[in-house]
Amino acid sequence: MHGRTPPSPESPAAVRARERRSRRYRRDLRWSPYLYIAPFFLFFAAFGLFPLLYTGWAALHRVELTAPTDMEWAGLRNFTRLLGDDFFWNALGNTFVIGVLSTVPQLLMALGLAHLLNYRLRGSMFFRVALLTPYATSVAAATLVFVLLFGRDYGLVNWLLSTVGADGVDWENGSWSAKLAVSTIVVWRWTGYNALIYLAAMQAIPHDLYESAALDGASRWQQFRYVTVPSLRPTILFTCVVSTIGATQLFGEPLLFSGSAGASGGADHQYQTLGLYLYEQGWVNLHLGRASAIAWTMFLILLVIAAVNALIARRLRTSQ
Amino acid sequence: MRTTIRGPRRRAVALAAAAALGAALLGGCAEDSDTPAARDSSGAAAKKTTLTVGVFGVFGYKQAGLYDAYMKLHPDITIKETSIERNENYYPQLLTHLSTGSGLADVQAVEVNNIAEVTATQAGKLVDLSKAPGVRKADFIPWKWAQATNASGKTVGLGTDIGPMAICYRKDLFAKAGLPTDRDAVAKLWAGGWGKYLDVGERFKDKAPAGTSFVDSASGVYNAVISSSAERYYDRDGKLVYKDSPSVRQAWDAAMRAATGKLTARLQQFQKSWDQAYANGRFATVSCPPWMLGYIKEKSGDQGRDKWDVAAAPKPGNWGGSFLAVPEAGRHKSEAVKLAAWLTAPEQQAKLFTKQASFPSARAAYGLPAVSGAKHPYFGDAPIGKIFAAAAEGIPDQVLGPKDLTVNQNITDVGVLQVDQQGKTPEQGWRAAVESIDNALDQ
Repeated sequence: MHGRTPPSPESPAAVRARERRSRRYRRDLRWSPYLYIAPFFLFFAAFGLFPLLYTGWAALHRVELTAPTDMEWAGLRNFTRLLGDDFFWNALGNTFVIGVLSTVPQLLMALGLAHLLNYRLRGSMFFRVALLTPYATSVAAATLVFVLLFGRDYGLVNWLLSTVGADGVDWENGSWSAKLAVSTIVVWRWTGYNALIYLAAMQAIPHDLYESAALDGASRWQQFRYVTVPSLRPTILFTCVVSTIGATQLFGEPLLFSGSAGASGGADHQYQTLGLYLYEQGWVNLHLGRASAIAWTMFLILLVIAAVNALIARRLRTSQ
Repeated sequence: MRTTIRGPRRRAVALAAAAALGAALLGGCAEDSDTPAARDSSGAAAKKTTLTVGVFGVFGYKQAGLYDAYMKLHPDITIKETSIERNENYYPQLLTHLSTGSGLADVQAVEVNNIAEVTATQAGKLVDLSKAPGVRKADFIPWKWAQATNASGKTVGLGTDIGPMAICYRKDLFAKAGLPTDRDAVAKLWAGGWGKYLDVGERFKDKAPAGTSFVDSASGVYNAVISSSAERYYDRDGKLVYKDSPSVRQAWDAAMRAATGKLTARLQQFQKSWDQAYANGRFATVSCPPWMLGYIKEKSGDQGRDKWDVAAAPKPGNWGGSFLAVPEAGRHKSEAVKLAAWLTAPEQQAKLFTKQASFPSARAAYGLPAVSGAKHPYFGDAPIGKIFAAAAEGIPDQVLGPKDLTVNQNITDVGVLQVDQQGKTPEQGWRAAVESIDNALDQ
């Protein structure tokens, strides 16, 4: 067929065996990688994709947890009703406010801490581990401690306030004070985590840049401002996106902050986030359809955030 | 060329290893299911049935030794209990498991707040226990039996405990405020109505020791009053009528009087600050079903010993209690029915009361010495068996509805709380509660 003679005479059986082997080898080379990554995709399909699609399907129906298999088609009703749902808008607003209150100081503090840790200092390993400790603490444990700290009658924060002559604050019941308290928990947990990410990126910055900057007479602050921050831009963007996604999904801290009160997020829903509202609709009020619609709305919000982020990233790249 | 050979060979080794592992696993499984049968045929040991019991919180069956006693009576049965701490996590899970027919325990507990919904929507998935062997309807308090029975007479749950309410009060604080401390005299102060209870509260407030309040929370007052009325959120035809219900109005007004009259310590029950207030003796009274006694003892600790006492409530009401149900999808239905019947029989309920202070829903148990003679040393040897049995007899026949829990929770955690803790007016609080309930009930 090829018009070429085989290099050496072989028995037909040997040729067939060799061909079979090489065919098997080619098939192996071609399909094995898919097999190796298959577990991930199978698990993703079962626990990621399927729930996502099923939630979307449920969002278009009237479904109750008392009878999850009885689905009654409702079209976009679950979505359109959110437009007129005061509790949804309240939760969206709370999520945004708590998100800003926690993300902005968190990232600024993380940047500062990373800069300090980037200096040569004694026991730097200790400080790095210490920074990661809050992140390693469980949400439940951390929040329970913060609930005690922010207690109205016996809280440490109010006691500190009283030592300087200020009145105690009823943290949970105030609209802003409750949001601030919840944000504090988030800031406490995630600052160190972000600081370590910044630190890793800082250590990748060539030292020559600092040396030449120092030779040019730049102060430490100027070095930070003109060398460190510009080099960290992609990292900062990354942490912004991750923190924003985290803030949109905020759930554990406000849930536990209300103690046993459940998912209402305070007497006036003053710290009910979208995550909490979703949980309340689905697992307290048992309306799976409505809860699914909220879940998909949150998903769409995250997509918008991702799009805005991509836009900013492109702007930054072209401006450089 | 080397790799072409080594590749498949290595893979063959891996495959062989995987096959061996798989075979071992399969073998393990097979062995598991084979052994009892094998033993059976040889007659060496009887076949063991494992019954699972799903509960929330602490039911106390294990602590009171009831499982051990049952296993001793039935050597062929092993009992395993799984517990989820909070009912708000347990209940949704129970509903999903019932709908899929998988993941269920052989016996499942149901809280009184959910029983109406379970009876109305899940009866088809639960076994009718009314004619189960060993179950006598006459043993149970009639309303408890009725709560788990649907219109066609199917009883889906057997009553475990109930929560007849008394009032726990601090003798030391009462004495300092110039009030009587003897439990009969205290009960007489407010006997007959919740208005009188609040009158006592006002007398207490006039001379109260600094930093103490008459009652822990306005929600506590609301719950106590609403729990002592027969019709609450639904009428007898099953219609939701909470907006115009006279008993809701009465309970709401009492709670508002307590909140706006500064009779409360502005706490929320079962939160950390509530526990701390117990430890610091910050309030003088709390409505008190039997299961609360243990809670008070734990949170008030040693310095609260002989300071607390128990007196009859102004009107008897019920707070809490559970049922045991047997899912149709269970693997060992008949054994599960027998276990549920045994666990809820009067003798076992009496034993549970002695060990765990869960008050029997089986009326037949009240005459047993374990109940009628019960005294609580922490509460000044109060004759709790007599007090709670008397309260239990006076509890009105309550009409429950499927969404009782939702309505109640929004009234207390949104409406009452806004007035008690955020200083809003009663009108604002009521409006917020109604809005919240409307949103929660709207599918």
